[in-house]
Amino acid sequence: MSESGMTDGSVKLSVSDISKSFGGVQAVRGVSIEVPKGVIFSIIGPNGAGKTSLLNMISGFYHPDEGSIRFENTDITETTPANRAAMGIARTFQNIALFRGLTVLENLMLGRHVHMKSGVVSSMLYWGRAQREEVEHRARVEEIIDFLKLSDLRKQPTGALAYGLQKRVELGRALAVDPTLLLLDEPMAGMNQEEKEDMVRYVLDVNDEFGTTIVLIEHDMGVVMDISDHVVVLDQGAKIAEGTPDHVRADPGVIEAYLGTGNH
Amino acid sequence: MAELVTIPAYLLRNGSDGGYANAPAIREKDLGIWRTYTWSDYLDNVRDFSLGLASLGFGANDKLSVIGNNRPRLYWGQFAAMCLGGQAVPVYHEAIATEMSFVLAHSEVSVIVAVDQEQVDKVLEIRDQLPNLKWLIYDYPRGLLRYDEDILKSFEEVQALGRDFGAKNQGYFEDAVAKVQPDDVALINYTSGTTGSPKGVLLSHANFVRTTQAYLDAEDVRMSDDFLAYLPLAWVGETLYGTCVSLMSGCATNCPESPETLQRDLREIGPTGMIGAPRVWEGMLSTLQVRASDSSPLKQWVFNYFQDVAMEVEAARAEGRPVSGGLGLKHAIGEFMVYGPLRDQLGLRRARWCLTGGAPLGPDVFRFFRGIGINLKQVYGMTEMTGLVSVQPDGLANSDTVGPPCKGIEIKVDEGNSELLVRSAGIFKGYFKEEEKTKEVLTDDGWYRTGDAGLLNENGHLVVIDRAKDVGKLSDGTPFAPQFIELKLKYSPYINEVVAFGDGHPYVTAMIAIDFEAVGNWADKSNLPYTNYVDLSSKDVVRDLIAEEVRKINIGIPEISRVKRFLLLTKDLDADDNEVTRTRKLRRSFIAEKYGPVVEAFYGGAQNVDLKLDVTFEDGSRSQVDSHLTIQDAA
Repeated sequence: MSESGMTDGSVKLSVSDISKSFGGVQAVRGVSIEVPKGVIFSIIGPNGAGKTSLLNMISGFYHPDEGSIRFENTDITETTPANRAAMGIARTFQNIALFRGLTVLENLMLGRHVHMKSGVVSSMLYWGRAQREEVEHRARVEEIIDFLKLSDLRKQPTGALAYGLQKRVELGRALAVDPTLLLLDEPMAGMNQEEKEDMVRYVLDVNDEFGTTIVLIEHDMGVVMDISDHVVVLDQGAKIAEGTPDHVRADPGVIEAYLGTGNH
Repeated sequence: MAELVTIPAYLLRNGSDGGYANAPAIREKDLGIWRTYTWSDYLDNVRDFSLGLASLGFGANDKLSVIGNNRPRLYWGQFAAMCLGGQAVPVYHEAIATEMSFVLAHSEVSVIVAVDQEQVDKVLEIRDQLPNLKWLIYDYPRGLLRYDEDILKSFEEVQALGRDFGAKNQGYFEDAVAKVQPDDVALINYTSGTTGSPKGVLLSHANFVRTTQAYLDAEDVRMSDDFLAYLPLAWVGETLYGTCVSLMSGCATNCPESPETLQRDLREIGPTGMIGAPRVWEGMLSTLQVRASDSSPLKQWVFNYFQDVAMEVEAARAEGRPVSGGLGLKHAIGEFMVYGPLRDQLGLRRARWCLTGGAPLGPDVFRFFRGIGINLKQVYGMTEMTGLVSVQPDGLANSDTVGPPCKGIEIKVDEGNSELLVRSAGIFKGYFKEEEKTKEVLTDDGWYRTGDAGLLNENGHLVVIDRAKDVGKLSDGTPFAPQFIELKLKYSPYINEVVAFGDGHPYVTAMIAIDFEAVGNWADKSNLPYTNYVDLSSKDVVRDLIAEEVRKINIGIPEISRVKRFLLLTKDLDADDNEVTRTRKLRRSFIAEKYGPVVEAFYGGAQNVDLKLDVTFEDGSRSQVDSHLTIQDAA
């Protein structure tokens, strides 16, 4: 769908034979995926299929029991979440994870913290390098504000914003990391039609304009089939199908496991 | 210096070292920061773009349209066309594609400067109806990078072309500017008009220069002034009071970041003068009233108390009565506690004068702003007169007149129907490709028929009563001016739009559109659940709320002219539905036809009326909505 010029065939992220269990529950079992650079890559599946667990392992929030994760040809299985962020992996959460008392601007500035290098003392004095850095980061944040059309909300506390707008701010906070790989965990969940359409447009624009590779977990089948380049279907922790949206849609196993449940 | 008579000549003067080269000309808020362009930057940008247009084949008498909100590049685009002897055709960017296509096709534009993807898409949608269109130039590239339409170019690309072209053709720009004559048409302003399709008003360089001069003679404009450029470019007032005033006086205009941030940007800039349509002032007042009613009981009481004091003082001033010591003291306390902070909140603390024009403003709204110390004055003009006939001088502002005619503007009143006729250097050159319609409004000896009924009072101030054709009579012969009733009712914060009927009928009736924000706020506080406009306006308690407002307002109206029956519309009047013009003037004949069953029910004594209404959505699609409206007898 989004055949952006950024796709050069190289592999952005590769997950090999990864497994994770919580007590007796096997959340993810032996899943392997390969995400080419510059695509919109979706992971779908019924509730409890292990989608979020997989995403959590990619972002470093969980540690896999078995298997390995490679990001741009570097093994990051043992890398901390903070270091993964510094390498260019950012994510949003299923439920909103923003500082409700801070303004939109402040939340986005916080997203820049992985790029801030000045020390405690110079930051406190707001002097020299700290000041220069602040100006640079603010400029980048303003670009994101402009990109996501948040300029009228710049100084609003995020807690007071409508749900759809909070989700947009969250996307902005993830973009502030300047990610090359963006993990979105159900960005459209709980949104009304208009908010969904807005979000879809922003996801496409991020992919298109910044060339960011996007891994998307989404419940809304319509959205997934419309915007994805590649779809992976999980069921009960295992991969049961993958391919183009059309291919996946026609797969009998998928219809059985997911589409056939009558919800969608 | 020789007298300058064209718009480009002023531009050259301002940008040169002898002019205002280093003074700020225009600012825009971009990425959160106000960026300033001096007059010399301004000229450079216009020159580059102008030469770019020339290299693309644009020349004298070609038409360039700009579509979008107030951005420096759209202004530069208009000037660039004028510098080459071409004509600018600003278009209302809120217009839906089909409406735009009429203007763009009729005016034969060959170049369009569109602000962003949304506007580019609109133009591409109607491209096959625009045979003259050669280039579509965009300001803001977001989302447009992958468009491969052959007519698309970015503003920078064209400016780069212009720099190359300029290097190869030294003096081309200056020669082109020197060829522009005062009587050349500079701009075609399409007036939506309250009847029929829009007409293209041809306005020359001399029209603008002479009219701006008349205005500068009447009003205190300084080079250090700052204005906010927020009015639609397609409104003649924006070109005259914004662009031309800034150009001739050397003061600066400021483009807000986006329409949503307008109120904050207004406060940041703190303009020294501001012009707004009545809608702007009504909106500001309504917001203030809503916010006041949200505050604590004490604050509400203080606001209401000092609002009454302000109105009383202003009424005394307008009638020339002295203000008693006690009232004066209260007003002074009010200045400290309420008026000053209010002006600050509105961003009008630095404003030396504010103008309202384009349509009449309700007397109570007018008095409110004057009462809190804002020097609000009425200005009267129309597109065909380049936007200016008269303006109220400081100290003589009142809600009944629109001030004395400006220097060089003659006025006479038609003995027969009291229609106002005007003549001046600002009189337009005719309607584009509409000889017949031009003859209807221009007399042989050069007077323009305004269509407004009015008179000159004993002080030589102009009084505008209403559109001549709207003034009617109730069946007992009492004169009936619908606007008078409508403006009275619109003072209520809960009422957004009113259409009054009465001509040829025994009594006055009104269709009312509620103010969704204010009534919604009231509903929230009354724990009244509602979903949307239709739902809210259909509620009995909301009808009771409005009935109470009508009852209060009726008290101030002579018995015979009071509103006897009304109903609440289930949608606001909308320019997309052709019910109002883009400047929000009622299109009465259209409304009377569309809402025919309502008028029948009003005077037939029915309690309900069923209506099938066509509504148009923002994207231009239509649908039909059934409404069941209940008529209420006013107390």
